[in-house]
Amino acid sequence: MNDDDHDDDHDGDRALLREMLRIRRFEERCVELYSAAKIRGFMHLYIGEEAVAVGVAAALTPGDAVVATYREHGHALVRGVPARSIMAEMFGKVEGCSRGRGGSMHLFDVGRRFYGGNAIVGGGLPIALGIALAEHMQATGRIVACFFGEGAVAEGEFHECMNLAELWQLPILFCCENNLYAMGTALTRSESETDLALKASSYEMPAWAVDGMDVIAVRDAARRAVDAVRGGGGPHFLELRTYRFRAHSMYDPERYRDKAEVETWKARDPIPAFTARLALDAAQLDTLEREIAAEIDDAVSYADAGTFEPVEDLTRFVTSEAGRT
Amino acid sequence: MTATAPTTLTYREACREALREALRRDDRVFLMGEDVGRYGGCFAVSLGLLEEFGPERIRDTPLSESAFVGAGIGAALAGMRPIVEIMTVNFSLLALDQIMNNAATLLHMSGGQCPVPLVIRMTTGAGRQVAAQHSHSLEGWYAHIPGLRILVPATVEDARGMLWPALEDPDPVMIFEHGGLYGTSGSIAADAGPVDITRAAVRRPGRDVSLVTYGGTLHVALEAAEQLAPAGIEAEVLDLRTLRPLDDEAIVDSVRRTHRAVVIDEGWRSGSISAEITARIVEHAFYDLDAPVARVCTAEVPMPYARHLEEAAVPTVPAAVEAAKRVCEGG
Repeated sequence: MNDDDHDDDHDGDRALLREMLRIRRFEERCVELYSAAKIRGFMHLYIGEEAVAVGVAAALTPGDAVVATYREHGHALVRGVPARSIMAEMFGKVEGCSRGRGGSMHLFDVGRRFYGGNAIVGGGLPIALGIALAEHMQATGRIVACFFGEGAVAEGEFHECMNLAELWQLPILFCCENNLYAMGTALTRSESETDLALKASSYEMPAWAVDGMDVIAVRDAARRAVDAVRGGGGPHFLELRTYRFRAHSMYDPERYRDKAEVETWKARDPIPAFTARLALDAAQLDTLEREIAAEIDDAVSYADAGTFEPVEDLTRFVTSEAGRT
Repeated sequence: MTATAPTTLTYREACREALREALRRDDRVFLMGEDVGRYGGCFAVSLGLLEEFGPERIRDTPLSESAFVGAGIGAALAGMRPIVEIMTVNFSLLALDQIMNNAATLLHMSGGQCPVPLVIRMTTGAGRQVAAQHSHSLEGWYAHIPGLRILVPATVEDARGMLWPALEDPDPVMIFEHGGLYGTSGSIAADAGPVDITRAAVRRPGRDVSLVTYGGTLHVALEAAEQLAPAGIEAEVLDLRTLRPLDDEAIVDSVRRTHRAVVIDEGWRSGSISAEITARIVEHAFYDLDAPVARVCTAEVPMPYARHLEEAAVPTVPAAVEAAKRVCEGG
């Protein structure tokens, strides 16, 4: 490795830390805003799982499409959806990335090829498959990263999509975020076979498990997979083993898991471990934190100052306004 | 340009010609579904298209309705113009989540960013003794859902002409082809092309009663009108053509002319499109009515296999005639 590469990786590694911290601090602020009733509805936090979205995103190019789940604040942030427009969305403001019609679970930014935000478990997989089919048919060279939780593997759509993606050799990376619980149902209580990569392998798809608490491991695995997908190697599947530190949603009393288990996983928090690995000094870390806090302050101010769409606009966007194409 | 001599086409051939035209006109168009390719389509609608357009554009799928309907949505989002064929309306229930929660919803949920220019075609209806899991008429259910356009071609001309404007629509369109119609034929201009997909059509003018119908029961209404004429009842037959949005104006105009209405629908009566049509007549033309609105619907049973029971279940000409006479006498 020459010095240039070293510098690139060094900067890249710092960017990974910054992105993980952005997501963490953004969501911590969201919790406060939820308590203050600025944010309502369902809100699902990604805290603990940041290394997954950040590591995978580091392997993608801006033209690649992303389909995510209702736990997608982190994916949206790391794909460049402005914190302002995400926060405004959660405030229900028209300045939000979905004009206040989607909320926390339905963040969209098609200009950045971020296709939501899907709140039906498994429901995003067929859409991702179709986007990948379109990329394939139009020979764009772009790929699709499709995120879903391990709960989705119990859905028929998961199996339909594994089969079709492999059968048609589509350019898609399946990113299974295995946080061990489908809401309150443990993987071991819901699956006869808990080796998730094996399920994808049974469709002849290259698949392997990755430590989802290690952002470098995720990035390296994603690079390997993305290179293969982009090179015409067909779909790939990563099982990203991770853990959510917070409740499933703001309504979840967490009766289904031990506090000790949560603490064990918190000891593997991807952020402090990686911060230590980068050997940042206190001043550098402080600067980073202050920059992120400023971005989030700005996002909250922007959302607060935003406007509620007039009720007269209620029925807009049920059908297209632009007319036929 | 000289007028082209009319030609005779079956409904099936008209559907096929519409597909062929769309595939020729627009490289973004492709057809995807179960047995659309090598088999030639379950109802032989796409016969020959694989040979002409190849397996990339005439794309056989596994029996994975949710995945391939959802894939149609995704492909539409990413620049293609997919036509997804579902073998029958009953199987569409396996894709209902994708149709309802994604196709119909994405535009609104994304604040206008995600139009879904997708066409979903399927067979609907009874009459072929294929029993309770292949015979239902659920197009009225789909007409409940904001964000979808629901088309119900009843004629060869509409089978030929509705697909292209459906593909030009930036939003999802579902086309319901009644299985009993594929073998019927009609005269059509040799150069027939796209038709308007926003309006109902008066298929037979009349002054005494409006028979409001669509799709597979249009011929029932037309035959009933023929049988009513000798009794001195001139029935107007209104072919709805689109169930969402409903052409309220055409319905109300017809009822204002005739002051009586019979809705004929192969769907069940309860919570149905026939109930919706009746409600709109009552809302918009109550004081024009000389008699209560009548309905001729399918009996509220899962469709039975035996021919005599199936015939007893679905709307028939005698039932339509009887209902029309009743509302006319009642007035």
